[in-house]
Amino acid sequence: MATTACFIIVSRNDIPIYEAEVGSTAKREDAAQLHQFILHAALDIVQDLAWTTSAMFLKAIDRFNDLVVSVYVTAGHTRFMLLHDSRNDDGIKSFFQEVHELYIKILLNPLYLPGSRITSSHFDTKVRGLARKYL
Amino acid sequence: MAPVGPRTGDAIFSNVERVNAELFTLTYGAIVRQLLTDLEEVEEVNKQLDQMGYNIGIRLIDEFLAKSNVSRCIDFKETAETIAKVGFKMFLGVTASVTNWDADGTCCSIVLEDNPLVDFVELPDTCQGLYYCNILSGVIRGALEMVSMKTEVTWVRDMLRGDDAFELQVKLLKQVPEEYPYKDDE
Repeated sequence: MATTACFIIVSRNDIPIYEAEVGSTAKREDAAQLHQFILHAALDIVQDLAWTTSAMFLKAIDRFNDLVVSVYVTAGHTRFMLLHDSRNDDGIKSFFQEVHELYIKILLNPLYLPGSRITSSHFDTKVRGLARKYL
Repeated sequence: MAPVGPRTGDAIFSNVERVNAELFTLTYGAIVRQLLTDLEEVEEVNKQLDQMGYNIGIRLIDEFLAKSNVSRCIDFKETAETIAKVGFKMFLGVTASVTNWDADGTCCSIVLEDNPLVDFVELPDTCQGLYYCNILSGVIRGALEMVSMKTEVTWVRDMLRGDDAFELQVKLLKQVPEEYPYKDDE
């Protein structure tokens, strides 16, 4: 289990639609904002990198002190962004792939509007469970 | 006379044309989504779905009778069994069970363990009052009305609301006697 990790999903229109702090350290008050800031700053790099490769998983594209940003870009250009301090690449990849499956299920729900905030508590529980398992 | 109709819809189901389940589910989802956008009120959507189901039911019953070879049902119990075992199998590909009969045999529950309409669906907070599958109750009401049974169909359990199955309560209000539509002297 990583000591710090922050996971967000950004829609194709650059709007964050899901956020979760999945670290196990005691939370500092400004940590959440800092994590958001780092992740959002990395969006530009994602934009440039996404078109240079056919792989969906872009690992360690940006770093801030000891925190690393890894990103998974879906075919519809929704970006899953993970800020982490562990070096467990395989785990992160599996985490992204399973979240992708969950995300597709959310997307197939006719009552969910693509690009809107993901409010499903089921999704939230599942993502946190996956984070515990893989990160 | 012993009923000669089929006891299950398996044989008919294997012969009818089918569409991809996801296409079907998503098409129905798109309809509900559009109704929610157009009508705004969840209550109105429930009503509209029921009305659409009714319109389907009054047509579907003819197709059902033509293809399934069921003979006249002796009583309401047999009718309910036929709907659950043959009807649902034929058109939805699932089998339902009939339970919870009341004492005088006019009210029962049709329980669906599996419902292809609700794959992927999760009700958001804004649509809590929605009966997502309300079209089904309309279909049953419409179909039974065409074979001269006035019924009232309501949802008792709904998996989307956290129950463990779908349960439709079918209540026979009255049996309309068949009558010749014209008087002799007309």
